[in-house]
Amino acid sequence: MYFFNALPGAIAEGLIWGLMAIGVYVSYKILDIADLTVDGSICTGACVCAVLITNGVPAWLSVLIAFAAGALTGVVTGLFHTALGIPSILAGILTQLILYSVNLSILGGKSLQAIDARSNTLLLHMSNNPGAILAAGAIIVVVIICLWLFFYTEVGLTLKSTGDNPDMSRAQGVNVNFNKVLGLAIANGIVALAGALLAQYKGSANINDGRGAIVIGLAAIFIGLSVSMKIKPNFVVSLIGVIGGGIVYYIIYNFVVLLGLKTDYLKMLSAIIVALFLAVPYLKGKYFETQKSKRALAAAAASHAGGDTNA
Amino acid sequence: MLKITNLQKTFNPGTVNEKVALKGLDLTLKDGDFVTVIGGNGAGKSTMLNAIAGVWKPDFGTIEIDGVNVTYMPEHKRAQYLGRVFQDPMKGTAPDMEIVENLSIAARRGTKRKLIWGIKKAEREQYKELLATLGLGLETRLTTKVGLLSGGQRQAITLLMASLQRPKLLLLDEHTAALDPKTAAKVLELTDKIVQENELTTLMITHNMRDAIEHGNRLIMMHEGNIVVDVEGEEKKKLTVEDLLGLFAKASGKEFANDRAILS
Repeated sequence: MYFFNALPGAIAEGLIWGLMAIGVYVSYKILDIADLTVDGSICTGACVCAVLITNGVPAWLSVLIAFAAGALTGVVTGLFHTALGIPSILAGILTQLILYSVNLSILGGKSLQAIDARSNTLLLHMSNNPGAILAAGAIIVVVIICLWLFFYTEVGLTLKSTGDNPDMSRAQGVNVNFNKVLGLAIANGIVALAGALLAQYKGSANINDGRGAIVIGLAAIFIGLSVSMKIKPNFVVSLIGVIGGGIVYYIIYNFVVLLGLKTDYLKMLSAIIVALFLAVPYLKGKYFETQKSKRALAAAAASHAGGDTNA
Repeated sequence: MLKITNLQKTFNPGTVNEKVALKGLDLTLKDGDFVTVIGGNGAGKSTMLNAIAGVWKPDFGTIEIDGVNVTYMPEHKRAQYLGRVFQDPMKGTAPDMEIVENLSIAARRGTKRKLIWGIKKAEREQYKELLATLGLGLETRLTTKVGLLSGGQRQAITLLMASLQRPKLLLLDEHTAALDPKTAAKVLELTDKIVQENELTTLMITHNMRDAIEHGNRLIMMHEGNIVVDVEGEEKKKLTVEDLLGLFAKASGKEFANDRAILS
């Protein structure tokens, strides 16, 4: 019974994390970059939004500014990677660390900024889960439509090709470095947007928000795509799948909490889920490869033996 | 059309792996020239092509395309002048994108890409007609992901992509080497057709001596970072493989050596 009571909250939070996973999808799946900026930029989004709302800025405007701040963090990682030649993973880690300091200074040196849900009008809050689901759902629909339109423009198509085949892209006159920066900006903008929604939903921004966010994003992507790729492997269905993955992740999360697992172990659980999704295809491929070579060896031995008897 | 002057490139300078790849190379191509390039291992054929394409900067010398000095122009900028087909069929197309998406990206090579619809309706019709001319049945598979196609089909599409936006210079880097003989012949036939129809100036590296003789109007042979044989017109038409081997031995003082060379 408790589980069903917790379900609306799990769905609302799952939607927000699903939105963040869409940001991760843009960097990880489209640009082919494992962008670790995410752990910092989601927190940046939350901090910017919380501080702005507390200072009387309307919630919708705070969310847009949080998006812009997140995009900026993506630009920093992108420039580390393209202009300074730092490997993309390391570039993300560096920005993430920079953002810890930046986020602290946004919060004015405190580790937490509460948002008063009664004196401020918020887009969503955990006190009203159905409303939160509606608001998060509406924002997600807008984001998916924008991305869908964007990735069919002239610029958007080259962004896809940049991740898919940089050699081909350069040969076709695409500025691959610019596209990587642009793509990381979009990705982290969306992540920070999710961070802003999360801060409103929880009613606070915490300096530790977002630790391990990349892993949650990847888990949502893997869970979602494992289903959506079987239905129809196109862009919009994939994104909807990723959102679904976020929701499933949070339902599992709640379920596990319900079973009595200490919340201390939840991050470990997320990491194990992602490791499993990455390892299974690899091990499967390896297993079949061995089976194939075993069969080939057996066949060769059999034909050899056959040859001997004939002789 | 293309003017290379005193081009030099050394890889890994100052290390034990130091390799002088180009030694003061000079080459001038006239408008409409179709030049085939042959040479032994490490002769500098691909190095020359990559220098023209801007994959890396030369140590010394200049490259001009149609009067524009492109020596230090970034790769994606000089792509506006160049059509390229690579040896690896996987390299020229984006596998996870549809055929029509690949073509539309290529059709906008050298233009400023905007936030407008990336594939126009009229384009689809045009691509269908062009794909039909390849004779591979691809005209009905516009929305197929390129990664599902065979190597030969991908090379054919890459050729089409290289010529959609007419390049000033077409660079073919052993683009049939990874294909089976029958497919290679088909792709070469397509190459001839596309080059002739669009009157393209072309530089084609090949490891097949007969192909080098039978295609194009001029043949150059490279050795140790320079051009050692350069024949064109009637003289080229009369060449035989034996002649080429003889010319090579005379120019280099060595036997022709290329792991993959096909002599017959």
